[in-house]
Amino acid sequence: MSAAQRIFVPCDAAAVGIGADETANAIVAEALRRGLQIQLVRNGSRGMLWLEPLVEVEVAGSRHAYGPVQASDVAALFDADFIGGKPHTLAHGPTADIAYLRKQDRLTFARVGLTDPRSLTDYIGHGGYRGLQSALAMAPADIVASVTASGLRGRGGAAFPAGIKWKTVLGAPGEQKYVVCNADEGDSGTFSDRMLMEGDPFVLIEGMTIAGLATGAHQGYIYLRWEYPEAKSMLEAAISAAYADGYLGENIRGSGKRFDLEVRIGGGAYICGEETSLLESLEGKRGQVRFKPPLPALQGLFGKPTVINNVITFASVPIILDRGADYYQQFGLGRSRGTLPMQLAGNIKHGGLVEIAFGMTLRELMYDFGGGTLSGRPIRAVQVGGPLGAYLPESQFDTPLDYEAFAAIKGMLGHGGIVVFDDTVDMAAQARYAMEFCAIESCGKCTPCRIGSTRGVEVIDRLVAGEDAARQETILRDLCETLTYGSLCALGGLTPYPVVSALNHFHEDFVKSNVAQAPA
Amino acid sequence: MSKQSARRVIPIKVEPVSTLDAEERAAVLAACAQLKAMPGSLLPICHAVQHALGFVPKDAVPLIAHELNLSIAEVHGVLSFYHYFRRERPGRHVVHLCRAEACQALGSQALEAHVKASLGVDFHGTTADGAISLEPVYCLGNCALGPSIMIDEHLRGRVSAARFDALMAGLRTPLR
Repeated sequence: MSAAQRIFVPCDAAAVGIGADETANAIVAEALRRGLQIQLVRNGSRGMLWLEPLVEVEVAGSRHAYGPVQASDVAALFDADFIGGKPHTLAHGPTADIAYLRKQDRLTFARVGLTDPRSLTDYIGHGGYRGLQSALAMAPADIVASVTASGLRGRGGAAFPAGIKWKTVLGAPGEQKYVVCNADEGDSGTFSDRMLMEGDPFVLIEGMTIAGLATGAHQGYIYLRWEYPEAKSMLEAAISAAYADGYLGENIRGSGKRFDLEVRIGGGAYICGEETSLLESLEGKRGQVRFKPPLPALQGLFGKPTVINNVITFASVPIILDRGADYYQQFGLGRSRGTLPMQLAGNIKHGGLVEIAFGMTLRELMYDFGGGTLSGRPIRAVQVGGPLGAYLPESQFDTPLDYEAFAAIKGMLGHGGIVVFDDTVDMAAQARYAMEFCAIESCGKCTPCRIGSTRGVEVIDRLVAGEDAARQETILRDLCETLTYGSLCALGGLTPYPVVSALNHFHEDFVKSNVAQAPA
Repeated sequence: MSKQSARRVIPIKVEPVSTLDAEERAAVLAACAQLKAMPGSLLPICHAVQHALGFVPKDAVPLIAHELNLSIAEVHGVLSFYHYFRRERPGRHVVHLCRAEACQALGSQALEAHVKASLGVDFHGTTADGAISLEPVYCLGNCALGPSIMIDEHLRGRVSAARFDALMAGLRTPLR
């Protein structure tokens, strides 16, 4: 044993938020005290967040997992010879064999948790930049055709086919075009963008560079929310490294093609996750929604043709270019092709990131992966797709994870966030919160959203207080219809989803005060 | 659109009168000088000012407007649109408490009540000793390990009332 042994402790913000830095420091100090040669690697998170801080030790080329490891556990782990991969109460065996990971289809997140996110060498060593290499040898129209053939749909929530968007931009006249990444991941229950940017920033850079080659855009922007400072520093480090090695800049890998990339920080406005509002914000204005048409693909940033996609959409492109559209296309079902990184959140025992092909049911995901609630109580409601997603009751848990299947039950997969609530939840309060959130975050441009949301809070308050409840319910449903059909964008248009679904499926929570009725 | 540079610019605006102190003025001017050439520079400038001073002072608005050749209303409009920008000087530390659904599912409303009671402030307020400002935030992206807070730029997960108290005590201890 001459070479220093590699020990991995994630630098992901979620891991650091529960003590990964302290654990890493304790490991280094303890190794020094014992005169052991180790090399500490700060990797991304494997996505098994309930095991964080998850420490991995490399033994004979295979990584063994221990977690959750707090700084106070470190001395005992050394005593148990964990650096020899020996058993301990915190040991989980070889990381790759843990069922939670083994059962996933990690395509987009293939490297997240494996590599040092700051290291370009590590990225390339794990298959990085092979997609760009293919793309550099292809005509723009062929790159677009490949993305179209893969069936990749926008992973931000709206699920619009990426290839069609790219084709529009490619065909749009003009010298100046832009590639914009929507990294304003504001939906509660979602963190896949953050994990990817912190754990494998190069794959996003590569995907955006390919988008630039495919559409003739030379300038890219990543619009990142301020709430993700770790992602910012990781992206900026990765962008510098990519420039230094000729993967960005005037002459990408000697091809004579140019692509520049910059990170811009948002201002904490949820609405800026809406694409036209994001573009306004990038232009230095209030993040107010634009009318469509014109489509951003034709008149986007600064009025120029613009590809705007979510982090996961861009990050899924390199593997499509590397392994081929057919490879990606074989995952999934129906019109939902490939994989979707789902995020198990809220009151869930085994919360984390699960990248799987479309088609698994919600129930399998919540119980087989998630292990039920953290509190140990029954799951009563699940919100899928962020604050604008419907609340689903037990009877809908067998819905397959597929864009069309969710649309059919008046829900949406959105960005893949799943927030689990146990039976202590008050669904009338959740419905009220949905309206309150809309009131706080409305950009103010259209009346149904700006005023309807405030009126919605008031109506729910009166309904719950039992003031002429039947009438209030009629008013609330009518108001929701106005929001749905009268709003300019998805914020006002979808706020009725959580409200109406709560009202339909959990009606008993709204009528507690006026009817002596036992809760279900 | 014709080129901007071809137009003759008649300076009709004099630099606005302001009550900014020397440090604040320098920070605003430095941010403008460094960033105003970039397309869509207003948000980056507001961020730079807030990064330097902890907030964007009221009198920075006419100065930024002057530097960027925008109206005061345009700058005020942008600054007031975004929740992140503060227009009053914060405490020594800013604590953002997540109010979103995933944290609610783990009892963040109870934590919120504890936080407000123990600090003696409501949202957007600063504690009497000037140590801590409290702000709401809608999702910190730590939804599997809630309830979550952010202390300055540091995310903290699984925050119970006791853990919150310990973290706040740490902030108030000197040399930390």
